[in-house]
Amino acid sequence: MSGAATSEERARTGARAGQPVSASTDIGMPGLRDVPATDAPQNKKDFTSDQEVRWCPGCGDYAVLASVQGFLPDLGLARENIVFVSGIGCSSRFPYYMNTYGMHSIHGRAPAIATGLAASRPDLSVWVVTGDGDALSIGGNHLIHALRRNVNMTILLFNNRIYGLTKGQYSPTSEQGKVTKSTPMGSLESPFNPVSLALGAEATFVARTIDSDRAHLTSVLSAAAAHRGTSLVEIYQNCNIFNDGAFEILKNEDSRDEVLIRLEQGEPVRFGAEGQYGVRRDPASGGFEVGPSDDPNLVVHDATDDDPTQAFGLSRLADPGTLARSPIGIFRQVDRPAYGDLMAEQLDEAVAAKGDGDLGALLRGSDTWTVG
Amino acid sequence: MTVKQVREIDRVVIRFAGDSGDGMQLTGDRFTAETASFGNDLSTLPNFPAEIRAPAGTMPGVSSFQLHFANYDILTPGDAPDVLVAMNPAALRANAGDLPKGATIIVDTADFTSRALKKAGYESNPLEDGSLSAYKVHTVDLSGITMEALTPFGLSRKEASRSKNMFALGLVSWMYGRSIDGTVNFLEEKFAGKENIRDANIAALRAGWNYGETTEDFAVRYEVKPAALPSGTYRNITGNLALSYGMIAAAKQSGLPLFLGSYPITPASDILHELSKHKRFGVRTFQAEDEVAAIGAALGASFGGALGVTTTSGPGVALKGETVGLAVSLELPLVLVDVQRGGPSTGMPTKTEQADLLQVLYGRNGESPVPVVAASSPSDCFDAAIEAVRIAVTYRTPVVLLSDGYLANGSEPWHIPDVDTLPAIAPGFATEPNHQADGDEKPAEFWPYLRDPQTLARPWAVPGTAGLEHRVGGIEKLDGAGSISYDPANHDRMVRLRQAKVDGIAGIPDLDVDDPNGDAQLLVLGWGSTYGPIGAAVRRARRAGHSIAQAHLRHLNPMPANTGEVLRSYDRVLVPEMNLGQLALLLRGRYLVDVVSYNRVRGLPFKAEELADVIMEEVGSL
Ligand code: SF4
Repeated sequence: MSGAATSEERARTGARAGQPVSASTDIGMPGLRDVPATDAPQNKKDFTSDQEVRWCPGCGDYAVLASVQGFLPDLGLARENIVFVSGIGCSSRFPYYMNTYGMHSIHGRAPAIATGLAASRPDLSVWVVTGDGDALSIGGNHLIHALRRNVNMTILLFNNRIYGLTKGQYSPTSEQGKVTKSTPMGSLESPFNPVSLALGAEATFVARTIDSDRAHLTSVLSAAAAHRGTSLVEIYQNCNIFNDGAFEILKNEDSRDEVLIRLEQGEPVRFGAEGQYGVRRDPASGGFEVGPSDDPNLVVHDATDDDPTQAFGLSRLADPGTLARSPIGIFRQVDRPAYGDLMAEQLDEAVAAKGDGDLGALLRGSDTWTVG
Repeated sequence: MTVKQVREIDRVVIRFAGDSGDGMQLTGDRFTAETASFGNDLSTLPNFPAEIRAPAGTMPGVSSFQLHFANYDILTPGDAPDVLVAMNPAALRANAGDLPKGATIIVDTADFTSRALKKAGYESNPLEDGSLSAYKVHTVDLSGITMEALTPFGLSRKEASRSKNMFALGLVSWMYGRSIDGTVNFLEEKFAGKENIRDANIAALRAGWNYGETTEDFAVRYEVKPAALPSGTYRNITGNLALSYGMIAAAKQSGLPLFLGSYPITPASDILHELSKHKRFGVRTFQAEDEVAAIGAALGASFGGALGVTTTSGPGVALKGETVGLAVSLELPLVLVDVQRGGPSTGMPTKTEQADLLQVLYGRNGESPVPVVAASSPSDCFDAAIEAVRIAVTYRTPVVLLSDGYLANGSEPWHIPDVDTLPAIAPGFATEPNHQADGDEKPAEFWPYLRDPQTLARPWAVPGTAGLEHRVGGIEKLDGAGSISYDPANHDRMVRLRQAKVDGIAGIPDLDVDDPNGDAQLLVLGWGSTYGPIGAAVRRARRAGHSIAQAHLRHLNPMPANTGEVLRSYDRVLVPEMNLGQLALLLRGRYLVDVVSYNRVRGLPFKAEELADVIMEEVGSL
């Protein structure tokens, strides 16, 4: 049996293409296949370190931390086999608060550091915590290449559309015209849409969720952890000090139902307070547009579709300024062999073909001569 | 057939020169391999342009390979060629200036058209205008004879003429009595499946040999007897290969899986290529998206308990600086290999220099001490790699291993070590809590920065070890507990502790001074790849009747404990460097000794003759 087939078979145990995807469905956990489990009961406290949490009161980061600490016990993993790696920024303090192994690294580099760790230690559950400046500005290159390689890890991208730790400059996800300390007359740049970016970078798992929606956040994180390969989860996170209310229209009870699109696997894409809107494709242009929900040609969401066209189209519905019509949920979840698995297979294949390395033979080589 | 005269000589310097596309590096490599298995001592200097195919027939496109071989131990690839093989006018013009009077030139006349001469910058034909009268010139229509010899193979003219390097190799092999069997085997392997090309190349090689044997133009063969090297088994090895093997050996000796994170860069890429071949040894190689990711992934692997290594050259070192700083703060093992090249900026990618010393020592923010080890010869790259890993693992620190373009591509015979004699390296992973909380009877906590009192190294607890979960990061840490601390006194203590740990690295041998007469007043001190040229120059000066002391630094940080004492015990200290005086600056600052600098940054190693003159001038002025 060839190595690739083995990998594919492994990658497919548990999650099969075409199967409905949601956290409530038991989809197996291929992403955690090689991570030792524990029978010992765990609770949130076990995952809480003794460090005082130092985010600003009211920061959206608290809710994400609580969700992660609350949901990790459900995975039943040996705590010592979990590692959180972060870059620099407010959210990157995250590892200090987790009672697991952790590394608070340097600005933008967490995906690269985690790549070395995950590729050489398949028995670890590796998590990257990053922000919009960390992942999309200084670390943009590492992010896209981690996604392309499909290293087995989960990236939590806290997007607050602002630089918090450096006290309020515009970020690569800030809306154009943003007035900040560094842009008193408004920012000049178009923002990144992190989901579109990830899809363009060949990501195999892309999702978006919101800090304040704990149930949704938890379900997306479970699916991300279960996925084998790089999972990117964009989390809309409120920075109440420097960019308060950035996601208000998606959170406020009065507005959210009109502007938030909840993606459900296998369901037509509908939204609106009365479910009165739907997303369809224009037959002529192929473009994605919003129309009435009773349109017979509504697109049916399928995150497992190998073709990313629809996922990308859905990601473009959001208004780049206001974020109105932002879809949340899992955009894409497809199987592709993980980088570390392929790397390990090449090592196994080399040994299978020629046996374990013999240092003495290596040093001697084939062209020697003897003196004396 | 004429009976050929055989003349015995003790050493030869030969240089093959041609267009970048003429296969001069391969020709040189093969002649080196034949010479190595014959048992001569040797040293090589490949010299090629950064462009893969610079315009054919022009001076910038000339690629050369110089080999020095002898019946005694030699230290350098030789100052000036005794024999030049020039494949076209540009190769002749680019190299003729380096030849001493009386040198032999074998030149391919096929390309001496007025157009080609003009392209090379010749106003008149040097083969006819008497400008080469000081040399023994053999004009051979190498291309023409090769093509004629290959008619039976039905190759196009272009294909056939491509084998002219094998013809030249055959001819030179005949001149020096080298066997061509190894090259025949090599060609058989290289062109397996392309029978016609294989057979044509072998035929060209044999035709070259036979040409020497039969033509009257070559009346003399030379014999260079094997060198009396210490007994043992030898092979020829380049610095990049020796360094790669050193890493594999160090991984084995430490029991750590090797993880290489690297981004292609000249002249370091061959280490990435080499290590990629050795997956059977559990070696993981990661070609990263950039230099920063390359070292980041290596550091991530180290955090997970691997031997993290990253390889690069000067510009890459600049990009990796921030991550080296993180590794200093995390106190994790990591080896950064800097194969130095001409700088600044892109500089001269394929040429050698040793101007990164201050960069690797001081090119980071904050007090960021990093041990530095420098290899002194191609084969020494093996031992230097093991030493770098020993320090990194024992002291939980990033270590810089310095090589350079000359060591990377140059080669020499290597006395192959017995693997049983290689030093053991003990990672000593932490497995237990190490700190007793107030009131507890036995240690129940793990403090990631509780240091070994002897080495000041912190415990290395890898993920997967239950009970030792901990967080590390680039923010200053509380001494011992390792939690975040902005306390002024703690920062001062941590800065000094990190420095003291590096300053206190044990196992660094004293600086060994070679002073055969014991009465030298002048010490010549070097570091890195100048070892060979300095050694050869000192020999010359001693032969001229001078007492000279010589010493060479392998550890640039920390330096051997007796360094200051050695420096102060000579009337004068001469420090030759291929930079503008970087080691000299350090020695002056640290030891208050007014050393004399001698500096050249030409992208080429020092010549022994030039250095010998400088040494004798210094001695003369004492
Ligand atoms: S600055 Fe903003 S993002 Fe940072 S901790 Fe405060 S509220 Fe949170």
